[in-house]
Amino acid sequence: MSEVILATQGLQKSFGALKATDDVSIDLRPGEIHAIIGPNGAGKSTLIAQICGALASDTGRVELLDRDVTALNTEQRARAGLGRTFQISALAMEDSVEDNVRLGAIGAMGSPWNVFRPVSRSADVVARANDALERVGLTGARETRCADLSHGQRRQLEVAVALTLEPKAFVMDEPMAGLGADGSKTMTGFLDGLRDEAPILLVEHDMDAVFALADRISVLVYGKIIATGTVSDIRASDAVRTAYLGENA
Amino acid sequence: MIREGVINWAILLGLVALPLWAVFADEIFTITLTTRVVILALAAVGLNIALGIGGMVSFGHAAFFGLGGYAMGILAYHAQTYAALDFGIVEIEGTKSMPVIWLVATAISALAAWLIGLLSLRTTGVYFIMITLAFGQMFYYFAISWGAYGGEDGLSIYVRNGFPGLNTLVPIQFFGLCFVALCVALILQWRLRGSSFGLTLNAARQTPERVETVGLNPMKLKLLAFVISGAITGLAGALFADLNRFVSPAMFSWQLSGELIILIIIGGVGRLMGPVIGAMIFVALEHWLGGLTDFWHVYLGAILLFIVLFSRGGVIGFLTGKEGPHV
Ligand SMILES: Nc1ncnc2c1ncn2[C@@H]1O[C@H](COP(=O)(O)OP(=O)(O)O)[C@@H](O)[C@H]1O
Ligand SMILES: [Mg+2]
Repeated sequence: MSEVILATQGLQKSFGALKATDDVSIDLRPGEIHAIIGPNGAGKSTLIAQICGALASDTGRVELLDRDVTALNTEQRARAGLGRTFQISALAMEDSVEDNVRLGAIGAMGSPWNVFRPVSRSADVVARANDALERVGLTGARETRCADLSHGQRRQLEVAVALTLEPKAFVMDEPMAGLGADGSKTMTGFLDGLRDEAPILLVEHDMDAVFALADRISVLVYGKIIATGTVSDIRASDAVRTAYLGENA
Repeated sequence: MIREGVINWAILLGLVALPLWAVFADEIFTITLTTRVVILALAAVGLNIALGIGGMVSFGHAAFFGLGGYAMGILAYHAQTYAALDFGIVEIEGTKSMPVIWLVATAISALAAWLIGLLSLRTTGVYFIMITLAFGQMFYYFAISWGAYGGEDGLSIYVRNGFPGLNTLVPIQFFGLCFVALCVALILQWRLRGSSFGLTLNAARQTPERVETVGLNPMKLKLLAFVISGAITGLAGALFADLNRFVSPAMFSWQLSGELIILIIIGGVGRLMGPVIGAMIFVALEHWLGGLTDFWHVYLGAILLFIVLFSRGGVIGFLTGKEGPHV
């Protein structure tokens, strides 16, 4: 396996005069959780959108498995192996939990064109979807309409849909947001195990979770990476203390 | 509250029972009216796939209805005058065979839907409504100026087209043909909704960014839905032309596009039988109120307003107590 699964080089995105991301170069290695932390408005979601192809970058490159994917759009990057979760759940709210994960499974298999055969008869789609539900603990809510789920369940479902893709790299935008203490703990345990399947680029606000999970942390402030290192490096860094952690202390 | 399946079967049963009764009571006009219901319902089933499942509010579906109608009109006209259609390089005989006409009508409508969809689906919301309306109007004005086929006056066909083994001039037999076509379209919509395609299309309406994130292209999904939708509405157009033995630019009019949307809203957007019950109510109003006053559209508007305000799921939603089709 290659040394680096996912990498960005000099990514930049401006909204008018505002540089939301500015010369961001990070990488994600096999088996690791690389956390991106930073204050609100630092550009974390923008960076994720650039990595996943939802936002076109002004300059810079994105590489996945040594392949330049900068010119690819979102669907092509997903097919190349990116598994994204959204900060604000982007689920089909009118549909059941099951339909939402089946959507992921159909996408992963590239098989949306059958207009006549019931999905429930596609054994591989069903199996893949059920498997993902079971792993995040949503099997019991399979037939629940997505709009009727609790906030925490929606966060779990976000992750379940990404699981159906069996991606080469996960890119997660605040999966713990609004989960509460217990929910955060469960999700932390889950992500901890997930890194063995595919490395995770994890944007997260929950510092306990980040310090518990991350192999490396990058600190993003005003669109720039001001430090990258291990948990202890980052905790010890003066620059990070003043620029970011200091705000919380 | 009644289960949707029960309501659906009751509607279908009523739709067959009425003309059968009319045969025995010798009420020929009732058969014609019911046939009109069936054909409008078929056109709306087509639109419902685009609008109800795919979320594409097409205000130009009359384009496909009209294309289907003119496909019938032109083929039958050439059969009637024994003059081949001259395409410069090839000449094609006209025909009075319904299966052939239906095939041509659906194929041409599908092709037009593909082209219109390709150009329109880059836009969403109000822009999509406007651009589909514009395409519909384009066909309307073209038909008006197309003197070879009657222009503004339209084109009369003197003999109803034939179907192997049937006497299509017998109203109940022609009704039967239209009813079978409607049932086939309903089965298609029902199966489509439960298929991988229906699932992904339905998601593309609600959350296109998610669909992209799982590696699918929402535009391509919507385009196929639009093509299927246009083809079904085109078939309805061909049947409508045969029912009236007359085609005119009115088949392309924006009023017709609007009426198709209205009868779906009345019946229930995205509901399997929404277009059917919508068409029943629409034709009933058109017939009863249209006989009393020229301003029957005012009452139609009032009903529409009532439904939009008090039952977002239309008549089906009201009867089942469920607002959406997927609850
Ligand atoms: N589409 C956009 N148009 C204009 N400004 C934007 C847009 N998206 C984000 N921004 C701005 O870019 C900055 C970074 O936003 P974001 O990436 O969402 O930050 P974070 O996720 O770190 O909280 C913010 O100042 C935000 O207001
Ligand atoms: Mg954010």
